[in-house]
Amino acid sequence: MIRVLNWIDERFPVRQLWNEHLAHYYAPKNFNFWYYFGSLAILVFVIQIVTGIFLTMHYKPSSEHAFASVEYIMRDVPWGWLIRYMHAVGASAFFVIIYLHMFRALLYGSHREPRELVWLLGCIMYVLLMAEAFMGYLLPWGNMSYWGAQVIISLFTAIPWAGDALAEWLRGDFVVSDATLNRFFAFHVALIPLVLTGLVVIHILALHAVGSNNPDGIEIKKIKDEDGNPKDGIPFHPYYTVKDLFGAVVFLIVFLGVVFFIPELFGLFLEKDNFQPASILQTPSDIVPLWYFTPFYSILRAVTYPLFGIDAKFWGVVCMGLSIVLFFLLPWLDRSPVKSIRYRGWMYKTALTLFTISFIVLGYLGMKNPQHVDLFWFPNLVWAQFLFFIYFGFFLLMPLYTKWDKTKPEPERVTFK
Amino acid sequence: MKRLAVFLLLVTSAPGSMAASENLPLDSVYINLSDKASLQRGARLFVNYCLSCHSAAYMRYRRMAKDLDISEELLKENLMFAGDKPGDLMRTTMPADYAKNWFGVVPPDLTLIARVRKPDWIFTYLRSFYLDESSPSGWNNSLFENVAMPHVLYGLQGNQRLVSKNGADNGKPVFTLEKAGTMAPEEYDNAVRDLTNFLVYLGEPVKLDRYLLGVFVMLFLGGLLVLSYLLKKEYWKDLH
Repeated sequence: MIRVLNWIDERFPVRQLWNEHLAHYYAPKNFNFWYYFGSLAILVFVIQIVTGIFLTMHYKPSSEHAFASVEYIMRDVPWGWLIRYMHAVGASAFFVIIYLHMFRALLYGSHREPRELVWLLGCIMYVLLMAEAFMGYLLPWGNMSYWGAQVIISLFTAIPWAGDALAEWLRGDFVVSDATLNRFFAFHVALIPLVLTGLVVIHILALHAVGSNNPDGIEIKKIKDEDGNPKDGIPFHPYYTVKDLFGAVVFLIVFLGVVFFIPELFGLFLEKDNFQPASILQTPSDIVPLWYFTPFYSILRAVTYPLFGIDAKFWGVVCMGLSIVLFFLLPWLDRSPVKSIRYRGWMYKTALTLFTISFIVLGYLGMKNPQHVDLFWFPNLVWAQFLFFIYFGFFLLMPLYTKWDKTKPEPERVTFK
Repeated sequence: MKRLAVFLLLVTSAPGSMAASENLPLDSVYINLSDKASLQRGARLFVNYCLSCHSAAYMRYRRMAKDLDISEELLKENLMFAGDKPGDLMRTTMPADYAKNWFGVVPPDLTLIARVRKPDWIFTYLRSFYLDESSPSGWNNSLFENVAMPHVLYGLQGNQRLVSKNGADNGKPVFTLEKAGTMAPEEYDNAVRDLTNFLVYLGEPVKLDRYLLGVFVMLFLGGLLVLSYLLKKEYWKDLH
């Protein structure tokens, strides 16, 4: 065994890779709850790839057979139901984990210097994940799949001049059709997973080059022992591999609990309209995207004023795009001398709390009819418009309030809370 | 953690979209997928009354027989159309273009109907047909107004007339039985419950297996949770 390893090692640096990224990769010893979601994201990614491969063996990407082939998987393929539910619930689980992973960065300033590139790569992966989920959602060819895709692609028609041609180019047809299904299948199973895999590797390499942040937001590399290792660091393997193993089991209990007992999650993960095959004649009464898109959907619908003689719909699309693009700019919008929320003043703490509330409530409103009153006093649309300003205020005012904010001094060494 | 809890509370309290007819009050039905006798009675009603016009084209006869403890002889004799094989999908014998001519619409496939509509909706719907001479089929339905489907089970239930659309308590309609059917009203309700129970089974045949397997998976993961926690503690005890 050792000889085989030596033989390989002379030709390819396996030991070096193992040491650099696991056995001698020094991670801060004060990671808390929020630091589970990186490794969990890898776990869900693997679950999606493996279940996806098995689904591809039985699924038929054609408008005539797609819906029936999913029910074939649910009934006739051995363990097909489990694979399909894991894949469908896995999509939602992926977003839950990625949102918590991103929130961790906002808490402890993980996106700040010197980790801007790690953050940018992550943002690109987030956008790709959204594309992956959107295209995958069309594949079962249920009625909500169909109308969801129809509505989202039609957003592109709001772009002046080129809009119609662009939408037609994306669909490969004048409406969502067999041609659309086939190209979405190609993107969903080949192109995007391929790019994502590469980006995951670069994301981790970039992180390991600069080292992990921690809940105190201080650089552990500044204080090193005689061997040149950070005093507050511990080798990732075995300490964090065993810790993340525990985290993975907790995650699997929640994830498989949903898969086995409530895979539809009351229509949030699998919508009832999607148990009906796609029909161009039968529009669902309320077309809403799945929950992980609804904050952005709310922002899209919140814009109701035309500007410069261009339709409000266009500005809605612009604002929706901007609401995602702003995440990319966070490392440069934040001017605070400290990274972690532990040493920031009341302004950032208030801003982050308001932003979190606005994101969640916008997500809730995105599933509701804009004209109804589901909160209190005002129709959903008015609430969404109010939260719209909080959402954008968090980003656009950040250079100001992070500069004015009174911060506490950072400690020399990491602390435990 | 608290924020996570608020988030979950918010997302789980949001019901999906509702069709207009679903805002009418529904009668609740007790669904029990382990009641094999009820599922068998429901299967017989389904094959005899529904399958002539509707298909269940994602389901195979043999799977149904196996899950419902129906022997192959019994299946072939009572629950299949002549010419079908046990491994076949449960397709209707009515050609789609004929159906479209007769009813104006092709009767929808019923395999997944209980996952599209709630069981309570199906239970209420099948008990809400009434005579209406102004409609093309002679029947109407208080839950699904001007539905193209005639009252297929009228021989069992008898002929109802609508007295009031929302006269009963909590806004439910009131009917009178003009001509009795072969079943007493309670008998008919039980039969419709069996049929609804069967449709719930048909929507997801694997449901009970899923729950059972889920329990074992949870027990296994529970054990793994303890072990992985102890392993972590063992490794971390030297750190402070």
